[in-house]
Parts: sequence; C-alpha cells; structure tokens
Amino acid sequence: MKKTVLLLPAAAALVACATPVPVGERPKLSAGDLDQVNAVLKRDFHARGQASMERVQLDELQRACNLHADNPPPELARKLEEAQLQAIRFPEGGLIGDWKAGERIAQSGRGAMWSDKPGVQEGGSCYNCHQISPKVAAFGTIGPSLAGFGKMRGNRPEIQRYVYGKIYNAKAYNACSQMPRLGASGSLTEQQIKDLVGLLLDPASPVNQ
Amino acid sequence: MMKRAWACAAALVFAPALAQQSPYADYQRMAAESAPIELFELGGEELWKKPQGPKNVSLEKCDLGQGPGVLKGAYAGLPRYFADADRVMDLETRLLYCMTTLQGRGREETTKRVFGNADQPSEMELLSMFVAGRSHGMPLRPGREHAKEKASYALGQKLYFHRAGPWDFSCASCHGEEGKRIRMSELPVLYKPQYARPLMSTWPAYRVSTSSVVTLQWRMNDCYRQMRMPEPVFASDATVALIHFMTVTAEGVPYRGPAIKR
Repeated sequence: MKKTVLLLPAAAALVACATPVPVGERPKLSAGDLDQVNAVLKRDFHARGQASMERVQLDELQRACNLHADNPPPELARKLEEAQLQAIRFPEGGLIGDWKAGERIAQSGRGAMWSDKPGVQEGGSCYNCHQISPKVAAFGTIGPSLAGFGKMRGNRPEIQRYVYGKIYNAKAYNACSQMPRLGASGSLTEQQIKDLVGLLLDPASPVNQ
Repeated sequence: MMKRAWACAAALVFAPALAQQSPYADYQRMAAESAPIELFELGGEELWKKPQGPKNVSLEKCDLGQGPGVLKGAYAGLPRYFADADRVMDLETRLLYCMTTLQGRGREETTKRVFGNADQPSEMELLSMFVAGRSHGMPLRPGREHAKEKASYALGQKLYFHRAGPWDFSCASCHGEEGKRIRMSELPVLYKPQYARPLMSTWPAYRVSTSSVVTLQWRMNDCYRQMRMPEPVFASDATVALIHFMTVTAEGVPYRGPAIKR
C-alpha cells in the first residue's frame, strides 16, 4: 500500500512531463515540473556507499537555478548570492597556504563519489575545468584559465579573501555558477582552501611564474 | 562479420566530422583495426542462443520491437514503448525483461553483474554488442509517437538539465556548452543534434582505455557517479528517459557501431 502511494507522484510526473520541447532547446520548468523530477529521482535512484539519497534533496539555491535555467532574475540572483556569502566562514589572518599542497589538491579528482572510500580527504578537481599551472598540459576549459592569476592581481588581503570565498562558495559571487561550492559542501577543509589560495596567489607558485 | 569490422574501422577513418574534430582520429583508427568487437558480438550471439533459467529457453523469441526474434534493425528502433510491459524500454531494459519473462530468471540474478570489466564483459554487455551489431548502417528511429514515449523524452530532457547533489551538477554541467573539455576529453553537447548524432550512433562500444565493453546504461551510471549523485537503478525509467532523450535528439543518423572508444 505504502509503495503505491510513493509511486503516485512519479507516475504523475511522467504524464505531466509530456509538454513537448523542441529538440536542441532547454526546457522551461514550473515548480510542479521540478517536484515531479524530484519524485522520479527519489523512486529511481538508491543510496550507494557514501552517496546517500539525501543528495537528491534540493536546497533553495539549486531549486532557483533549476527553475530559472541558471539565469535567475537579477534581484533574485543578488538575494541568493547574499545568502551564500553570509554563510562563508572566513578564517582569521592570512589566507595564503602552501602552494605545493594546493597543486596536489587541484590535481586530485577524488572524493564524494560512491566509489570513494568515506573519510578519505577529497580533492578539488580544479584541473578538470581550469588551466592553472602552465606546466600542466591536461587541463579542462569549462572554467576560465587561472594561469598568471596572482601575477595580474597581486595578493593583498582583499584578493586573498575573494579567492578564498570563491573556492569556498562560488555561488556567493555568481548564483548559478557551474563551479561546485567546495567549502560549503564540506568537500574541502579550511586548510585545503588556503593551500589553493596559495597556489593561485603565492608569487613562488608556478601559476605566477 | 569480419567485413563489418573493417567497414567500422573504415567509417572511423573516413568520417569527416571525426577526422577533423578529434585529435584522437589516428589513435581511433589504429585501435579499430585491432579491436575485438567481432569476438564480443560472437560471445553475445552464443548467449542469445543459449537456453537458460527455470524455463530453460534461449532469448531467440525475445521481441525487441520488430517482432519475436527479429534482430535486424531492432536496436535502431530503440528506445520505444512496449505494450506488454506498458513502458518505454531501451535495449538493456528490454533484454532484462526478456530474461525475467521468457527465461523466467530472477531480477536479482540477472542484474547482479550488469557491468563487467576488462577481464570479462557481462552477459548484458555481450548481448548488447550482438543485438546492436544487427542494426549497423540503419538510421536511428526511436519511438516518439506513443504518449509514454513523449513523456519519456520530456522527462529525459528535464533530467539532462537537472542540477542536484553536493556539487550542484547536471549532465549539462559538462555537456552543456560547445567546444569545452574536461582535462583532455572533448565534451559533446548531447542535447544538440549535431553533437548527439556522432555520439549516439556509436554505443555500445569497446573502450580501449579500460579494455572493456561499455553500454549506455553504464554511461548513465558512471556519469551520475562522477556527478557525486546516488546510483540510478539499472533499467529504471530515469535512465531509459535520458537515453531516449539523447537518441531522439540524434534521430535519423545511421548507426555505425558497435564502435571503438578512447
């Protein structure tokens, strides 16, 4: 009996999702559509390893980005960004850590997958999307190149704070950024983020050579 | 079948889109010339004809959409709606259906090892290679008329863009913008026909980097793993809907697999 009740929203989802959207275009979603997609995920996915079913639960920001196709109205975007910024925990003092450790964190794509051992320190997967050290040829292009980042900007406290905040929670600066919220999600520790700030801002880092 | 393997290799060499876009064209050509596609297809054929399960029958009467036992062109017509199951099914879902109904086997036994490895491809992977090979050269024509086919397409389209999980990823996070890479891998924008066509016409495939046979159900599974999401249930509506959505987007392209992938 319980099973039937649980399946009802999913069945409704299949029917309600039938509004045709032309091939090659992104669909516009209503709040109802989104709830129905969520019902399908709850029915058709299962927990495995550390990847629990809580992960299909959307937070307010994910809901807004899904509803607005990653392009929320400016006022909503500002509100979302403000809320994300408020939740960043900035450490006291200097934020430039060890760039050598930062390089290893940037290289590592480990962590948070059901195939990863729980408790193993996660990486940032940074090179998947960014050019960083010019010595590393295998870099992705989804995010902007960060080669020479500190050389161009210097490393005064405001820059350090911006880079720390951006890595901790990219959505505080661009509500529907494609970049994960690496600190807010619990993937990277305070020290790891400082080490990444070092990689980008330390004048000795290969990024700035 | 030997002829087919060579035709496949030739298609990879001469397909202008591939040759111009991908720096891996030479690599793919060399890999294609020595890949064991044909052996996998033969392995799948053996399994197709092998009596199994409590009913001790083979899959030879399995209806893949073109009538019981019809293999030719069946894969090119999937995913589609099946009245007997009252749902849309892709190849793997339909094979699973035939194993559990025709052969009377349990779901647990048949899904225990759907994804194989370099040493030993799974039964599902070998069968997929065999069935797909019988559609070589035929245009992809997935079902899109039945109400449930329309619903499945629309659901797949929404899932493609749905951001969730600890890293806020959707399929479109990686496959959403033209000309982007993850590390050195070029990322096809699979909701656009010009990118979906060359890709969707090659699955299932032999993947050289892991020496393994890979299917579309595996691809959905492994993308969600990397998206840090929980695991999609094998042959679930969600996985079928995504495959259906991308196949409809690629509609009309001649099927040129089973292919070789990096």
